[in-house]
Amino acid sequence: MATVLVIAEQAGGKVKKASLAAITAGQQLAKGGAMHIGVLGENPADAAASLLGYGAAKVHAAAHAGLAHYLAEPFAKVVADLAKANGATHVVLPATAQGKDVAPRIAARLGAGMASDISAVVDDKTFKRPMWAGNVVGAVEITTAVKVVTVRVSEFAAAAAGAAAGEVAKFAADPGTPKAKFIKFEEVKSARPELTEASIIVSGGRGTKSKEGYKATVEPLADLLGAAVGATRAIVDDGWVPNDWQVGQTGKVVAPQLYFALGISGAIQHVAGMKGSKTIVAINKDPDAPIFQVADYGLVADLAKAVPELMEEIKKVKG
Amino acid sequence: MKILVTVKRVMDYNVKPKVKPDGSGVVTDGVNMIVNPFDEIAVEESLKLKEKNGGEVVVLSIGTKDTTTQIRAALAMGADRGILVLADGSVDPDAAARLIKAVYEQEKPDLVVLGKQAIDDDSSQAGQLLAEYLGLPQATFASKVDVAGKTVTVTREVDGGLETISFDMPGVVTADLRLNTPRYASLPGIMKAKKKEVKEFTPAALGVDIAPKVKVLKLEEPKARQAGQKVPDVATLVGKLRNEAKAL
Ligand SMILES: Cc1cc2nc3c(=O)[nH]c(=O)nc-3n(C[C@H](O)[C@H](O)[C@H](O)COP(=O)(O)OP(=O)(O)OC[C@H]3O[C@@H](n4cnc5c(N)ncnc54)[C@H](O)[C@@H]3O)c2cc1C
Repeated sequence: MATVLVIAEQAGGKVKKASLAAITAGQQLAKGGAMHIGVLGENPADAAASLLGYGAAKVHAAAHAGLAHYLAEPFAKVVADLAKANGATHVVLPATAQGKDVAPRIAARLGAGMASDISAVVDDKTFKRPMWAGNVVGAVEITTAVKVVTVRVSEFAAAAAGAAAGEVAKFAADPGTPKAKFIKFEEVKSARPELTEASIIVSGGRGTKSKEGYKATVEPLADLLGAAVGATRAIVDDGWVPNDWQVGQTGKVVAPQLYFALGISGAIQHVAGMKGSKTIVAINKDPDAPIFQVADYGLVADLAKAVPELMEEIKKVKG
Repeated sequence: MKILVTVKRVMDYNVKPKVKPDGSGVVTDGVNMIVNPFDEIAVEESLKLKEKNGGEVVVLSIGTKDTTTQIRAALAMGADRGILVLADGSVDPDAAARLIKAVYEQEKPDLVVLGKQAIDDDSSQAGQLLAEYLGLPQATFASKVDVAGKTVTVTREVDGGLETISFDMPGVVTADLRLNTPRYASLPGIMKAKKKEVKEFTPAALGVDIAPKVKVLKLEEPKARQAGQKVPDVATLVGKLRNEAKAL
């Protein structure tokens, strides 16, 4: 029977929403067995308490000054220790930057096989996962006794909270002495919703022409719709927007209700990150742009003209 | 400083992979094979570090004999010598990490640089597994690497911004896209590469069992998204988004 340990990610006492997708995968795996949730940090008690309503047998808070800033070595050690202490058969993490960084080290510590970025749980050892930028879906079997997976957040619904039950269990964390040192974190501050959490995303590519062009088209439309902003690798590389905005195989994978692709050609590496969106709108002046092959609604037009018109029209209908 | 850098032979990223009818793999016949783009960035960074600090760059790959082509490509860029671990069929990330570890123990480099993921199986595990197996610090998804004396300072692309961490060598770095733009091999570089040493080992000779911990059972192509409709103008677009897709 499965004993599943889901590691939730927190910052400043608040659980990151991506963790709720990992909890959903954890619930699927724990069927008939038990799910545990673990939260790490300098003071993760509040975050842990907010996770009492998800049906976990136990929610563990691993507190230690050495966990104040995320680092792979101490986090991997503490998670592996927590997994061993609870006899975990599965360790599940969201496929966030942290999850991707730390999960293989946890697997190595536990002698576990690992499947990255799973899109479905088939049974307690078999998983589906995207490969080749999502152009192929592989069914993979983890053959080791303990199994580690990271969860593609856009492929699992966020778990819904029920009534809180039980208490937070304190785990005596020993982070050891890491060899790497945290120096600093430069946050990209934004009043807009986070890409992976937004229900509408407006993304721009090279067709926005310049840093200024992006600011004049993508951002006002996004703000009108209360949307998050996204970008292609091409314009992130050119320094028009922060790298944190990149959507695609090597950026964020998103699945909003509505995705606007403005001046984006639709390279497979970009499409890999947004093809799970419910409705896709593409505006591109090239009628043959590949983006039209994945768009529900395509408009062949110049952005400079179409975006202001679109904003007017939206204002009109939304009053 | 001595740097061990890894390269993987993968299908050209411009080619859309086709799954074989029996789901056992993808069609590679006649498909152009390249150095995994992230590994090319790792090679470039290794060469830059060598140019600044002196030392040696050793290129390692795991694969069939054909993989020599990708090792030679890195040698043509300027790496000093190559190592090929001969393995047929698929090698899972865990086996790859243990093979790299075995080579690390022979070579004792100051730094191991890998691409952050391979564009075929998109696992993004080998660097982290290697670091844990060796008990070394890691800096994954690097967009900037600075070396001063023994200390490596790395800027990493993470959710919500940029993080900077540092460690004293030895350690493991995995390269993200924006770390650098790889150079092209020069003609003299290509000529020289032909004479550079490429040593071959078998996993058995390195004492590594490559039986996979994770088996790929079957591949399939995902349901293709249906292309939708072109709309003639903005008013129609907004109308359809409201009434048809109910998205506004
Ligand atoms: C290993 C690897 C990983 C990658 N990962 C990613 C990734 O994660 N995300 C990503 O996005 N890319 C990624 N890429 C890059 C990808 O292959 C493409 O190069 C990139 O997505 C193209 O960006 P773009 O659509 O902005 O630019 P382009 O391809 O140059 O397209 C610009 C589009 O704008 C249109 N246009 C121009 N002017 C106008 C106008 N006035 N009005 C309307 N339309 C206009 C053009 O018709 C064109 O279709 C990766 C590449 C590699 C090799």
